[in-house]
Amino acid sequence: MAQPTKYSYELTISSSPHIHAPVTTQVIMADVLIALTPALLGAVAYFGLRALTVTLVSAAACLFFEWAYCRLLKTECQTYDLSALVTGVLLAFVCPVTIPYWTIILGDFFAIVVVKMLFGGLGKNLVNPALAGRAFLFSWPAIMSTWVQVGRANAVGIFHTADAITVATPLASLHQGLLPQQTLWDCFFGNVGGCIGETSGALLLVGFVYLLVRRVITPRIPLAFVGTVALLTFLLPMGQDRLVWMGYQVFSGGLLLGAIFMATDYVTSPLTPKGQILYAAGCGVLTVLIRYLGSYPEGVSYAILCMNCCCVLLDRVGRPTPFGAPGKGGAGK
Amino acid sequence: MAFSFFGGVHPRENKIAAELPIEVFPKPDIVVIPMSQHIGAPCVPLVRKGDTVTLGQKIGDNQGLCVPVHSSVSGTVKAVEMRAHTSGTTVMSVVIENDHLDTLCPEISPRTPEQVAALTGQELLEILREGGIVGMGGATFPTYAKLQSGLGKVDTIIVNASECEPFITADDRLCRESPAQILSGLKILMKILDLSSAHVAIEDNKPQAAQALRSQLGKDDGIRVDVLPARYPQGAEKQMIYAITGREVPSGGLPAAVGCAVFNAATCKAVHDVVYTGMPLVERVVTVSGDIVPNPKNFLVPIGTNINALLKAVGHTENPYKVLSGGPMMGASLYDLAAPTVKGVNAVTILGRKNRYAPENPRCLRCGKCISACPMKLMPVLMYKAQQSGKPEEMRSLHMMDCIECGCCAYTCPAGVPLVLAFRSGKQILRSAQAAKK
Repeated sequence: MAQPTKYSYELTISSSPHIHAPVTTQVIMADVLIALTPALLGAVAYFGLRALTVTLVSAAACLFFEWAYCRLLKTECQTYDLSALVTGVLLAFVCPVTIPYWTIILGDFFAIVVVKMLFGGLGKNLVNPALAGRAFLFSWPAIMSTWVQVGRANAVGIFHTADAITVATPLASLHQGLLPQQTLWDCFFGNVGGCIGETSGALLLVGFVYLLVRRVITPRIPLAFVGTVALLTFLLPMGQDRLVWMGYQVFSGGLLLGAIFMATDYVTSPLTPKGQILYAAGCGVLTVLIRYLGSYPEGVSYAILCMNCCCVLLDRVGRPTPFGAPGKGGAGK
Repeated sequence: MAFSFFGGVHPRENKIAAELPIEVFPKPDIVVIPMSQHIGAPCVPLVRKGDTVTLGQKIGDNQGLCVPVHSSVSGTVKAVEMRAHTSGTTVMSVVIENDHLDTLCPEISPRTPEQVAALTGQELLEILREGGIVGMGGATFPTYAKLQSGLGKVDTIIVNASECEPFITADDRLCRESPAQILSGLKILMKILDLSSAHVAIEDNKPQAAQALRSQLGKDDGIRVDVLPARYPQGAEKQMIYAITGREVPSGGLPAAVGCAVFNAATCKAVHDVVYTGMPLVERVVTVSGDIVPNPKNFLVPIGTNINALLKAVGHTENPYKVLSGGPMMGASLYDLAAPTVKGVNAVTILGRKNRYAPENPRCLRCGKCISACPMKLMPVLMYKAQQSGKPEEMRSLHMMDCIECGCCAYTCPAGVPLVLAFRSGKQILRSAQAAKK
């Protein structure tokens, strides 16, 4: 028998490794969406069905804008990675439930097209698209600062918001150096006015635990962020009881949502553990500065946006020392 | 043993051939024996077309860093020509038609234990060189040269039986079936290096192999079997040395720089064979396995056996996606199945189409999983960026040359970024830049 030289196989040639871990971008994004679900359900319970419709419209708009952008520019469409859905949900989460649909769609356009796609798509954006979208929507400050009383689901309908009874958020009181009327307990469970997804610390923590268990994120950034805010507000209680003041600061506004879901965004956070700690601490310091000294009561989103921009610098901090580095003279032979 | 290397991954082990004894693969009608089966100068053929050769006869040799190659069959030389090689290139090869008589080369004669005991270290080194012994874990560095350069420097000798790649079970089987020969080969290596103790390192997912080796240990052999946690790349030389001794091989340096020498378990068996039986390295154990292989096998294969014949022997009929020489983490994908098995090929792995994962336009998320997976503590995400934007200086400052191409980063990357491919080409650029400077 002669040596067989012909065979009918069509073999693929490529560089090793030839197997891959089952966790793809799509799996990670799906995990984030799952982790956001408890907070979404809580929002529906507190604010009514409109919380759900605003979130769905926002998610769908983000998906559409990414798809349309890729179609128009004839580039490969990777909407299946679900990152646009995450942006859409997060943007809805940082808007009040009374936001008109056109407004949130405008914010989605800004987040996806301007902040994400024009910079090169997923992984290339400098700042968190959802937060940038929110910052953009503050061109309509009245819309973005209308807070409704919770538990009056009927006041806010899916299609009408006119009868909504507006309330002061806990943060508004804190901004004036006063303790809010709401109990700390209400703040923790989300029984207060605020953005769609930010009010319930308890439900956000459920998502946090899920992300930790699934190893999507490490606790480093959320703990350092919240820890910094807690420490600073404890040290500077503005004349109030330190512990109570700190508790209100931690569980009011968007701190937990920002620390768990926004500041941990891979694309816009530093790579090294040390860089991540500095970044999160910076987020915490800026949050407190804005809350104490700014003209607007909330500082989380601007703090994160500012620190996003420092990422490239923070990537230079705390790089690992390569294996065998002390004798690196001989590298490359 | 108390040390744990940084990073690493744990892919599904898939050691589906672990319980299958080694089968002797029938000698093929034709063998193709490449002149280059080791790191160093390729051999020059010593035979011509039409010559008659015997089993174990030296058919190629050269000066310098080189070990000879031998015929794995007896028969007639049909051609001396360029043939496909598992490395992906073509290599000068001797094609021999098997007469199935297995006429033994007259120079080959066994040695009694007394004769072996009387051999000096220098004589043993010469026997290993003449026997064509190379590192059989895949690197194929000539064993005599490793020993020679380690003389007087090496204080720790480690036998690598970790076999951390998925699917491969060749060393596992060898340890279970020939533990005495492996330890006997190790004792020869210890004698050459004048050492009284040694380590055998094995992963904890191979308890039978560890037990088999332990059962053959004498009281005052000075040999320890160290069981390490199963984690890829436990078997990478630098990580193995660190796991056993806590010493870090310096960047760009050899294990001898920290007083270590690592030998593969199969190499030890080959050392035993050539010293005691006189038979040079003409066959080796190859695991033929993969996720679409109906009947995986561990074969004792004559060097020069066509890989397609191995595929047929495991009942493989489905259209494979990739055929690899080696395992799925570091193996090379073959483009030509006419390539022969060589000394460094411990496995042929056949993968199906479900392993297809190569996005056209991968988008790095900066998730940093590659950084926590890199056993060399590098920053693959930044190295990739530097390579893609063509910045050699940045590549160098990120220590790209230290990359051992183990594949942990690309394995773990959720976006499917072809990191190892980028680093291979980046290292090539750095090497040629270095060469141009000289």
